[in-house]
Amino acid sequence: MKAVLLIALFCFCSHLVPGRTIEVGATKSVKLIKAALSQSANGDTIVVFEGIYKEGNIIIDKEITLLGVNFPVLDGQKKFEILSIKASYVTVSGFKVQRSGFATLEDPGGIKVFNSRNVTIANNILDDNFFAIYLQHCSNCIIKNNRITAYGVEEQQIGNGIHCWKNDSLQITGNTITGHRDGIYFEFVTNSIIWRNISKGNIRYGLHFMFSNNDAYISNVFKNNGAGVAVMFTQKVKMYNNSFTENWGDAAYGLFLKEISDSYIYGNKFTKNTEGIHMEGTSRIKVERNIFSANGWGMKIQASCMENEVVSNNFIGNTFDISTNGSLVLNTFNKNYWDKYEGYDLNRDKIGDVPYHPLSLFSVIVENNPPAMLLFRSFMVTLLDKSEKIIPSLTPDNFVDNTPLMHSLKL
Amino acid sequence: MNRIIKFIVLDILKNKIVLVYTLILAILSWSVFSLEDNSTKGLLTLLNVILLIVPLVSVVFSAIYIYNSSEFIELLLSQPIKRAKIWRSLFLGLSLSLLLSFFIGCGIPILFYAPINVGIMMLMVGLFTTLVFVSIAFFSSIMTRDKAKGIGIAIMLWLFFGLLFDGLVLFLLFQLSDYPIEKMMVAITAFNPIDLARILILLHLDVSAMMGYTGAIFKDFFGTTLGISVAFFILFLWVLIPFWISLIKFKKKDL
Repeated sequence: MKAVLLIALFCFCSHLVPGRTIEVGATKSVKLIKAALSQSANGDTIVVFEGIYKEGNIIIDKEITLLGVNFPVLDGQKKFEILSIKASYVTVSGFKVQRSGFATLEDPGGIKVFNSRNVTIANNILDDNFFAIYLQHCSNCIIKNNRITAYGVEEQQIGNGIHCWKNDSLQITGNTITGHRDGIYFEFVTNSIIWRNISKGNIRYGLHFMFSNNDAYISNVFKNNGAGVAVMFTQKVKMYNNSFTENWGDAAYGLFLKEISDSYIYGNKFTKNTEGIHMEGTSRIKVERNIFSANGWGMKIQASCMENEVVSNNFIGNTFDISTNGSLVLNTFNKNYWDKYEGYDLNRDKIGDVPYHPLSLFSVIVENNPPAMLLFRSFMVTLLDKSEKIIPSLTPDNFVDNTPLMHSLKL
Repeated sequence: MNRIIKFIVLDILKNKIVLVYTLILAILSWSVFSLEDNSTKGLLTLLNVILLIVPLVSVVFSAIYIYNSSEFIELLLSQPIKRAKIWRSLFLGLSLSLLLSFFIGCGIPILFYAPINVGIMMLMVGLFTTLVFVSIAFFSSIMTRDKAKGIGIAIMLWLFFGLLFDGLVLFLLFQLSDYPIEKMMVAITAFNPIDLARILILLHLDVSAMMGYTGAIFKDFFGTTLGISVAFFILFLWVLIPFWISLIKFKKKDL
């Protein structure tokens, strides 16, 4: 019995025995990463010391850990894809990956992962790549604390920061992405989480979501991107505590929702966007406890949306709180705080006694006749707006918050 | 000339109406800023004050003052002073005292509470609207000898620029909505000093909305240094031209 146990223990421990460690560096016996890779076996660790490594395309096809000391530079010389990971259980950490090649057919990336599981890419600096990190057909991967920078000028000339295509169960955490086409791009990615990333100054979207169900993005910052954040053709997405700031321009939105359903938008901040949230063809979405402040339009809810709930949000200092393009209203508004509300509260239950019509006449006029924006805040227009508020005739009268709050929510 | 200006300013100050005007502006501005918790709403209220009350007071007070000082003007004319000098001094005296009261009443609280870029723009625009409507008062009071008629013209002009003009523009907008009229609209604003003033402030207050498609066209023009300079130049023309016309008439007028 003892012998059996001992053998069992031995077998177990032998599995835990770490692989060899191979050191790569100018002063070490192994000078090239490729050489180290060819010597290595599954489970080995390759430690790369400071230096510039111009080795073309480095393919990792074994289960190894690749660690950089003091950010050794992997340079693609604008010709090659730099790291191609084609094995599972690979870790890449502590490198500076720069200047990948540019090709629109093959989409070379700084670090590209093919058909793998449990790959970790952490603490790297990616600079001036076409695609920075590219995952296809992967699952259970972690992309963490990378600093990703590019200097794109035109959409066609640059790839995405973190590009994920047909993946499952990813964790994308704590990355900073600047200057790419889309900061983070999700297409056919399921059960994944995007957490605490900063995506700013990207040419198109800070985050681009397509056909990606059951995902969550939490506590990210999306700032000053060409067109904000887009979530399209998707269901069951959770968006918590993100901040959408300064997405300015025509067709620029804090958050753009198109054809999405059964999602939950909670605790986000929409500040200084041309449009805070733009909804098109969305259904069964709950928008709760968000702050909309200093936006051009707090929310634009097109008439193609239905069964959405807008509950307990603060609308403060927006030029227009809500706008729409039709007369059909299939959405509900409840218990929001509108700073433009002018009603009273006789029974002191902190809920206004007079329903609030968030849709101003002028926002309808501007929707139909954009140059009318020129007359905004003119006394004439204010007069029209006031009379419309009292007796809605042109704006849909069921566009209403029956329980507007008297005081802003503490969010 | 300086002595005449000094005399007029002192006379206006003795009159106390301007003091009351200053006081009302001050009470309004201070209360507006201290009542609202965010300064944007205060600024919006003040915007209406600048676009409506300031022009109204400027135009009506100036017109009445000019009519009331007709005897004083006749007295001055009997002296060896040029007509242009008298008329200019009257203009400068009136505008100086109204500018001063606007600056003390509105300017100080604005500079105190508002963000610096919006505040300075509001102040400049407020000062300019004061000047423009003093100038319009000169224009309307030289048109006719009849005091009631002159004041009536002044008020009608105020009503036109403050209200009717925008109504007409809105009407035009709907009639011509099938055409690309954005650029034309920018040009049309030049014909109304109040619109011009409003848009200059709007570009600072509602900057997010102005970044959208239509706003962008206005932003592209009025948001640039060139655009702002052009807008202020047009406002300056609005001061200059009505006064200039009235000056020519005054020179030739048989009093």
